[in-house]
Amino acid sequence: MSFLPFAIAAWLFLVGLYGIVSADNLIRAILSLTVVQSATYLVLLGVGYSQGGQAPIFADIPQTSKAVDPVVQVLVLTDIVIEATVTALLLALAVQAHKRFGSLNPEDLRALQD
Amino acid sequence: MSRRARLVMFGLAGAGFGVVLVLGLAGLPAFGDYKGVYGNVINGIGVTERRATDLVTALNFDFRAFDTLGEEFILFTSVLGVVLILRQMRGEQDRPSQREAEEHSFAGASAALRALSLVLIPMLLALGVYVVVHGALTPGGGFQGGVILAAGPLAVFLAGRYLRMKTVAPTIVEELGDAIGAAGYALVGLGGLVFAGVFFKNFLPLGIPGHLLSAGQLPLASIAVGLEVSGAFLVAFSEFLDQALVVRSGPGGS
Repeated sequence: MSFLPFAIAAWLFLVGLYGIVSADNLIRAILSLTVVQSATYLVLLGVGYSQGGQAPIFADIPQTSKAVDPVVQVLVLTDIVIEATVTALLLALAVQAHKRFGSLNPEDLRALQD
Repeated sequence: MSRRARLVMFGLAGAGFGVVLVLGLAGLPAFGDYKGVYGNVINGIGVTERRATDLVTALNFDFRAFDTLGEEFILFTSVLGVVLILRQMRGEQDRPSQREAEEHSFAGASAALRALSLVLIPMLLALGVYVVVHGALTPGGGFQGGVILAAGPLAVFLAGRYLRMKTVAPTIVEELGDAIGAAGYALVGLGGLVFAGVFFKNFLPLGIPGHLLSAGQLPLASIAVGLEVSGAFLVAFSEFLDQALVVRSGPGGS
């Protein structure tokens, strides 16, 4: 089952994309984007995992223990921060869209179509 | 484009993309069969050279501290963006009185929820501070602890009234935390430039691994980032809550 994490990542990515495309509500589209982004966490952590490795925290394991790659874990942390900021900005835009068009349905955002 | 056409197009494009995605992922080394180099190098030298036991934090605030500076300012800038997008527009006004906001308690806030929130507040703050200052020792650090810290004042909102939250965490304090934290992290880097000759090079005594005051500048950087993250999240939360509770669209608007 060594492909399972990557298969789940691909599945999350596509399901998230479907959520964005089929969304009839901006909030739903934004949440779907976070699903897409969570696929990248799985890929990053999956790439860094080595069989039998422990967490790269040497507080209570010997310094010579086999541990997984901490570099990708830091990248995931960065990824999460970026996701939070992107989500905050998109939600703010959704609030303004609702104020302006009185609707959260992407179909109703006339200014984007004209 | 109709919804139907959109979905059909996505079906075609998504299928093609899915095939390429799966092919690409299939080219990766098998799960658990780690082929990287950097991870093992860092795991080998991290504790000896940085005297930090949590190598994720050591990487974040030392080996790639410069990237984290950028990351931190992304957070800073995006919160600035949220404030800018949600600023008071022409034709908007604060609610005639803040009475409504004052009376507003979180929808469905039962006595049990309030009691629980009150219990949670000190625990969240203590846990947040713990996670921030132990960043170099155990899992955690400025980013994680900062979010937990920001949840404290939010629990005040859950527990009672919105304006009470503003008393606990006034906007000016949130903004100051955000700004001082961001500047503080950059100053840690400048300290390296001034005292050690290289931007973000460690300039503090390294100490003994596992001690609270060890790993040189890591705790300092962690605290600065924790301050920034909690400030940034609170500013963003407040902006969104303001939208719902204080600012209204147009006179007589919704």
